[in-house]
Amino acid sequence: MIEILRIAGAALWAHKFRALLTTLGIAIGIFTVGVVMALIEGLNATFTEQISSLGSDVLYVDKRAWFQGHGEWLTSRQRRNIGLDAVDYIAQRAELVSHISPRVYQGGTLKYGDKNLEGVSVQGVHADMAVIAGSEVVEGRFLSRVDTRRKKAVAVIGDAVKEKLFGNRTSLGKSISINGRRFLVIGVLEKQGQMLGRDLDNMVYIPAETLLKMYGRRWRNVSIALKATDPALVDEAREEVEGIMRRYRKLRPGQPDDFAINQQSTLQELYDNATRLLWLVAIGIGSIALIVGGVGVMNIMLVTVTERTMEIGIRKSLGARQSTIRWQFLVESMTVCSLGVVVGFLLASGVAMIVDRATPLMARIPPSWGGLGIGVVVVVGLVFGLWPATKAARLDPIEALRYE
Amino acid sequence: MNITRNNRVSPPDNGQGPLIILKSVTKVYDMGKEKVHALRGIDLTIKPNEYISIMGPSGSGKSTLMNIIGCLDTPTSGRYEFEGELVCDVTDSSLNKMNDNQLAGIRNRKIGFVFQTFNLLSRTSALRNVELPLIYAGVHRRQRLERAGVAMEQVGLTDRSSHRPSELSGGERQRVAIARALVTQPTIILADEPTGNLDSVTGQGIMGLLDNLHQQGNTIVLVTHEAHIAEHAHRVIHLLDGQIDKDELTVNPGRTRRRRHVEASPSKPHGEAAA
Repeated sequence: MIEILRIAGAALWAHKFRALLTTLGIAIGIFTVGVVMALIEGLNATFTEQISSLGSDVLYVDKRAWFQGHGEWLTSRQRRNIGLDAVDYIAQRAELVSHISPRVYQGGTLKYGDKNLEGVSVQGVHADMAVIAGSEVVEGRFLSRVDTRRKKAVAVIGDAVKEKLFGNRTSLGKSISINGRRFLVIGVLEKQGQMLGRDLDNMVYIPAETLLKMYGRRWRNVSIALKATDPALVDEAREEVEGIMRRYRKLRPGQPDDFAINQQSTLQELYDNATRLLWLVAIGIGSIALIVGGVGVMNIMLVTVTERTMEIGIRKSLGARQSTIRWQFLVESMTVCSLGVVVGFLLASGVAMIVDRATPLMARIPPSWGGLGIGVVVVVGLVFGLWPATKAARLDPIEALRYE
Repeated sequence: MNITRNNRVSPPDNGQGPLIILKSVTKVYDMGKEKVHALRGIDLTIKPNEYISIMGPSGSGKSTLMNIIGCLDTPTSGRYEFEGELVCDVTDSSLNKMNDNQLAGIRNRKIGFVFQTFNLLSRTSALRNVELPLIYAGVHRRQRLERAGVAMEQVGLTDRSSHRPSELSGGERQRVAIARALVTQPTIILADEPTGNLDSVTGQGIMGLLDNLHQQGNTIVLVTHEAHIAEHAHRVIHLLDGQIDKDELTVNPGRTRRRRHVEASPSKPHGEAAA
């Protein structure tokens, strides 16, 4: 086997330029696929990082599903609102839920002194939201049960809000105006970053009860965020909450849910569906590129076999078996493919690194590269090398020796 | 170094059976419309340590016979035994042939080829060329190099081991080819016009080397159309139109010519050994 490798290496070395050109065909194919895969992998990493702020063990009970078809959207619009009382209803019954908080959104304009901040997300929540959202308080404290029960006018502000309204000065104990109402700042949150293009720090938490009282309760629909006791029990928690919600909604068996339970994996599924097409395109492009490369390998191997007919005849006359000759040429074509794979991946990593550094896009080298590389060497090298190698192995020694 | 380890030193005793038995061997080439009868029933027995020339005009079938003896080709009909092993037996009623791998094994272990055009691998050093049959025989690397070195020494080319064929003269190339034929310690050495591409002086040198190898106990079959080359052998077989025309023993094989090239010739005449 070592001898076969050595012979193949020497044969390739004898035609360096030709081997290089053949390699190039495979390398370009691998390069194309490699770059596309690295970009998709980067996209995946970006997406996963972004939606991780939702928390994989967090469920969101909403009137509507996050993603739905048009018809569904029309019917779900007519559903009854979920009231704030659902929070207590679930909290008292659910055993697999460790934290629960309502979440009511309101766009808002914040004022402090002469500074004005528009388009801030005002969220009415409960004390548990700190844990559910994973928000760390860096100054002061989070909302307490007392705050929510007494409908206090207190606010915990996001990093961006603090930055824009107060700069370096302290914000604790200061009074700000939210949509014309005065709130006392009791805490500042740690910087969270972005999710799917939204600034998570341009927000302010106030007690949900306060929000509903101040800005109107009747037309309000409440979304409920809850965290499972154990990340491994998310699915069980989901079923439990669904049952409780059906009771809360007084649904009869057989009646469909008139609410939705959303979670991070819902987003993940949606994303996977969207990127599946991208994958198919990548695989398509790659296959074509590799077939072209493989045909190149086969072509050059056929030329090589013809050119080395005499050599094959000599080897056979000295006692080389058909299988030995076949392996010699197969190893040669596989060596060419291996070189192509290595060169292609090196180039692709280079480009991936440049894209990652120099553009806002992320690029990651996916672990599936390894499998792809081995696959290409075996499939392309063997499949496209088999015919030439077999042709070489079957040569008649006498005719081969006579060949000029 | 000990030269004798690679070869039988003493001629085998007369009680030993024949190496090669050919019985009514024919070979027909199917060239589309017409069939070419290259061999029309050859009966031939070769005993150990014989030194045989096969002569004949071109088209007489000597190359075909050589290829069949060398297991590069198989007869259309007839029986071929090599050292008691049946290579093939093709009659109307039976078809018994060695497969490709078995033939390759015989070529590898039992036959040493020397070709008119040397047939060395051009990109490979002389020593690696000589080593090649041992690779296919699965000999361990260290032993391979050692045995190839011994064979190179036998043909007097130790100092040319690392040269490529293109860096060697014609005579030297043929010596490398002979070393390659010797290295597996084959049962028989088949030389197809070994001097055909060499000038007469160099050719005589090569013939001297073959004479020497015969002297050391090797069995040699030589194909040639030149009478003075054929004279080196002790038995000359004349082929004509695919049949054995004459099969005769030479009286004084290669004697006069070998005396002119003392460097590679044995000191004693050798005629009675074959008689």
